[in-house]
Amino acid sequence: MKYLKETPSQTAGPYVHIGLAPRAAGFDIFKQELGRDIAGPNAKGERIRVEGCVYDGTGAPIKDVLIEAWQANADGHYAHPEDGREIEDGFRGWGRVITDFDTGHWGFDTIKPGATPGRNGTTQAPHINLWIVARGINLGLNTRMYFSDEDNSTDPVLNLIEQSHRRQTLIATRSQGDKGVTYRFDIRIQGPDETVFLDI
Amino acid sequence: MKPAEYYMRDRLHHPPAKSENYKTSVTRSPQYALLSLENSLSEITGPVFSHSDIDPLDNDLLKNYSHGGDPIGERIIVHGRVLDENARPVPNTLVEIWQANAGGRYRHKKDTYLAPIDPNFGGCGRTMTDADGYYYFRTVKPGAYPWRNWVNNWRPAHIHFSIFGAAFAQRLITQLYFEGDPLIAKCPIVQTVPDAGAIEQLVAKLDMNASVPLDSIAYRFDIVLRGRRSTLFENRLEGN
Repeated sequence: MKYLKETPSQTAGPYVHIGLAPRAAGFDIFKQELGRDIAGPNAKGERIRVEGCVYDGTGAPIKDVLIEAWQANADGHYAHPEDGREIEDGFRGWGRVITDFDTGHWGFDTIKPGATPGRNGTTQAPHINLWIVARGINLGLNTRMYFSDEDNSTDPVLNLIEQSHRRQTLIATRSQGDKGVTYRFDIRIQGPDETVFLDI
Repeated sequence: MKPAEYYMRDRLHHPPAKSENYKTSVTRSPQYALLSLENSLSEITGPVFSHSDIDPLDNDLLKNYSHGGDPIGERIIVHGRVLDENARPVPNTLVEIWQANAGGRYRHKKDTYLAPIDPNFGGCGRTMTDADGYYYFRTVKPGAYPWRNWVNNWRPAHIHFSIFGAAFAQRLITQLYFEGDPLIAKCPIVQTVPDAGAIEQLVAKLDMNASVPLDSIAYRFDIVLRGRRSTLFENRLEGN
């Protein structure tokens, strides 16, 4: 059996915005930029905002990050043929967000996902899958964001983390403000509070 | 056929997170081991795109930012197939590219290199693969440019590629280089890839048969995404 090898990754570099978010690079070229609306207008469930910052090993915010989010709808269904369960019209479940060039902060609006099927009959607590690329990141980093107001105690992925205190690095903190519900999720690439990254 | 897991990513074939000679990676590389997951529905699914997401001109960088003329530079066609590790085509998947202009300058507010912006060149494009996994772009060959790593590093001419595949587990960003470029061997970013054969996968080959006589020269660049198992005899994803 002859297999091919996956094409090796290379960093997205400092100018990733040109290709994936050209307006942020400073010009208008495509009729629509992709990934701006994760849930669409018809999505069921609680509207939320997710915000955070990505920090490097010195503790400085990384200001040229691009993050992609992939999530299920409020019923825990993914908008993908291999899920195949019902999904609202206009719900894609995928988004793309970049950091502010000056502060490194990022944020996106979506709906809170539902629990999804895990392996071997388990149930995964609600979560958003994240993929992080930037200059200096040679291969995109995968992680997951869980929700502080959910029961995460039986999640099969969180429970794989041997050092149980590190599970906290994957749990976003809920707050209620004037504009609605916000979850804060900071990502630390290095240091004692390094985020748990996943080899998926 | 029921959905199945993707083959384990061979991390020895990819650059390590920390590559001392690519300085920016030093503080942007996780220090702890990654947590290895077997695929669940969260990983074997991923965003689906269609032709309504893009415009037909999006893959023609000679025309998609035209302000009354064509960009300056060597006119090229970049084409190839997106395959998986089983050598099967990956159809209807989104491919996005971005690059510097022929002088090595990016249209980006953070790029201050002294080579000029080209008024007729945006530097980005996107397309969907067809049923055979085939894609093509028309553009100009990007120029090499200097960057601050060691004091006199130069990036070889390159085009950035973003590819989705059918699953979040297949998501990939990489760079295309051009056959014969002497800067490839000197570039700390290229050389983050530890295996010479793997680097060769990043080098597009001159393809005279696909060139358009008296118009454009062509380069061939096939992209391989992770493959997947075809049976579920063990380790079922779902069910009891």
